[in-house]
Amino acid sequence: MAEISLRVNGSERKVSVAPETPLLWVLRDTLNMTGTKFGCGAGLCGACTVHVEGAAVRSCSTPLSQVAGKNVTTIEGLSVNGLTELQKAWIAEEVPQCGYCQTGQIMAAAAMLTKNPHPSDDEITRTMTANICRCGSYDRIRRAIQRASIARGGQ
Amino acid sequence: MTPLTRRGFLTTTAAAGAGLVIGFYLPHGSSSKNGAGFSPNAYLKITPDGKITIVVARSEMGQGVRTALPMILAEELEADLNQITVEQAGASSLYGDQTTGGSASVRTTWEPMRKAGAAAREMLLSAAALEWGVPKSSCKAEHGSVTHAGSNRKKSYAELADRAATLPVPSAPPLKDPKDFKLIGTRAARIDTPAKVQGAAEYGIDFRIPNMKYAMLSRCPVVGGKVTSFDDKDAKKVPGVSYVGKISDSAVAVVADSVWGAMEGRRVLNVTWDEGPNKDLSTAAIKEGLKQAASKKGVALYAVGDVSKVGGKKIEAAYELPFMAHAPMEPGNCTAHFQANKCELWAPTQVPQDVRDSVATAVGLDPDQVKVNITLLGGGFGRRLEHDYGVEAALVSKAIGGPVKVLWSREDDMRFSTYRPPSYHKLSAALDGQGWPASFSHTMVTPSISAQKGYPLDGGVDPDMKDETAVVYSFPNALIQFVQTETPVPLGWMRSVYALQAAFASESFIDELAGAAHKDPLDYRLHLLSKDEDIKYFDAVWKTARMRGVLQLAAEKAAWGKPLPGGRYRGIACFGCFGSYAANVVEISMENDKPRIHRVVATVDVGQVINPTILEQQIQGAVIYGLANALRAQITIDKGRVVQGNFDDYEPIRMSEAPAVEAYYVQSTEAPSGVGEPPLPPVAPALCNAIFAATKKRIRSLPIIT
Repeated sequence: MAEISLRVNGSERKVSVAPETPLLWVLRDTLNMTGTKFGCGAGLCGACTVHVEGAAVRSCSTPLSQVAGKNVTTIEGLSVNGLTELQKAWIAEEVPQCGYCQTGQIMAAAAMLTKNPHPSDDEITRTMTANICRCGSYDRIRRAIQRASIARGGQ
Repeated sequence: MTPLTRRGFLTTTAAAGAGLVIGFYLPHGSSSKNGAGFSPNAYLKITPDGKITIVVARSEMGQGVRTALPMILAEELEADLNQITVEQAGASSLYGDQTTGGSASVRTTWEPMRKAGAAAREMLLSAAALEWGVPKSSCKAEHGSVTHAGSNRKKSYAELADRAATLPVPSAPPLKDPKDFKLIGTRAARIDTPAKVQGAAEYGIDFRIPNMKYAMLSRCPVVGGKVTSFDDKDAKKVPGVSYVGKISDSAVAVVADSVWGAMEGRRVLNVTWDEGPNKDLSTAAIKEGLKQAASKKGVALYAVGDVSKVGGKKIEAAYELPFMAHAPMEPGNCTAHFQANKCELWAPTQVPQDVRDSVATAVGLDPDQVKVNITLLGGGFGRRLEHDYGVEAALVSKAIGGPVKVLWSREDDMRFSTYRPPSYHKLSAALDGQGWPASFSHTMVTPSISAQKGYPLDGGVDPDMKDETAVVYSFPNALIQFVQTETPVPLGWMRSVYALQAAFASESFIDELAGAAHKDPLDYRLHLLSKDEDIKYFDAVWKTARMRGVLQLAAEKAAWGKPLPGGRYRGIACFGCFGSYAANVVEISMENDKPRIHRVVATVDVGQVINPTILEQQIQGAVIYGLANALRAQITIDKGRVVQGNFDDYEPIRMSEAPAVEAYYVQSTEAPSGVGEPPLPPVAPALCNAIFAATKKRIRSLPIIT
């Protein structure tokens, strides 16, 4: 099987798996990074959200071949230099209950804030509605994003 | 292990250098799973290395138990919260019942945990007093140390633990007055949050051991069907697939070196099924069966007066609810390692002992040869009260002779779940001249979860109904009945269990009565709660005053009675279950014949609140879960198969539909009661009552959107 290279959280990684393997399982099973979660396997819930070249993608529905040579950031890479403002806001607003979907929620929110540091209420809803939380933490997710946005300053 | 009596429930193990160890018993709240006796199932350990540890088997599934339980202990022990760690106990015959469920994590722990903390505190005080030769009353316990102000001496609990362990355990240590609480009732930060925002929290799906394989199972799509034969030629060609084999009558396992390999292998596996006796089963037939059974005589759950002798204006209505699936975010999984004479499992489970016992039976071991470790749970909602993942994992591990993780896909989770039982409800009332109910009758027709699982019914009553079907109103004549039916579709306990069905029917019907009487729905309820009364429902005593309290709080916060902007409408409902009281005011508008939910005011009376933040999380979560149950949650059966498969045809509430949920609670020093489930039941009726206010159309069948 041919080797495929990608950059994960800044490091060059070479993996030998079938090119159609979803990025999610490469991250979890091959690279042993389990912060990215499996929720639906069909791009419906967002638990598996990671960044590819800075944009939020569903790793469960992204074949490895599509990210060959690209920069992938996972939740493990987001906080490599200590907690980000977004994660601190997530803690301050006590967002997680079971917590299972939260890494995907945070990755989706982080990608949005990079493009749009001060999203409106509607913009938050439009982006975050793609991520499901069965514990019903939506109010708190919204407040955490607003808090992180304020912490960034500017506007 | 020393057996405990109900009253003198503390014991201690003294061994030099071991520190102070106090074992105690946490009863379980849900009556159907009781009966394990009084072996200690929790331990408090204060060791000379400075650690204070609670060993407890309450699983963390998002309800904050790893924060709330240490708060209760720390309060009485006079330790700081950050000095205490929780060690997750695995299944063991040394323990009493270890089930996490029935909204019981805090309510059953409250008193034993306080007493254990208080007993340890008194023993540590005594140890210090003896050591210093001063009266105990001149010593003070605080922040994990004992101090003696007179001589300016101080010793940490760690230093005193060994000596304390030689002293007798007080059987009735003094408990703190609630007004002196420093920690209970505060918004202490959840202990588990930092790991959860960094992807470092380890759920069952994340657990791995060396040489572990992954397995996916092909199960018969028809309820009760069996494997006839299978052709593994294509599956074995998939890279990484190392084993394909039948592991039970109804399942074939595909094992690979990655999840993806197992998924691909299963995709191309050919299994021929014997679809068995349920191959023609359909939702339509199930619904019709429930409706037909409504004319049968039921078992009385509650009776006052005599409803048959009451005249007046007769009002009748019938309600129905479908099967629903829990759909926690973490799909089912379990890791198992079977070796010659033992089997170890790592399971996201609410019932470690049941997993242990079922696994032992399935693989031919004694329960003591099976060890169950509990991981974090990515949501529970009752789904992890089942043992299926554990049994499958153990069987596959035994078949391949090595460690394996069995993982369920989302489609597996939808189609092979255990479901909230469907139900049909016949309601009737007779109104007096003023429009008040002179009689109220509710016949609940449903299959019994306990009966299907082989647990005994109590005089024909499903034990779970005792806690979940009370109607907390002063009715002069009332009759609540249960008519038991059967279904081959697997049933499970789902968040709030029978309370969701009971509340939807009875609280919608109360609104119908208010409408027939031309009275305001809030005033109507308050009238039925106006007399301070204790309503005894099986072993529980419900207080109309407490229900009135949550209802009035909800009405006040929602400004009930004040005009709303054009196009906005409100509905109200209240219900009591698991010892707690809850009310909702739901505010909606109608868009394209569908409700848009703008705001939910949710109030509870759960007695003493341990941590308001965790309580608010649970209320908000229950409301969102309840809205999904009301709006869309429906599992249907066609040709014996579950139709729904993923979050597209069984779609939870998303942020775009999620209202602002305002959570409030009644201040109380009553003993804590359930939190995780009680806020859920009023949601559906309050929403449907708002829809009626908007459209004059009564929703009598869930889900609302089909």
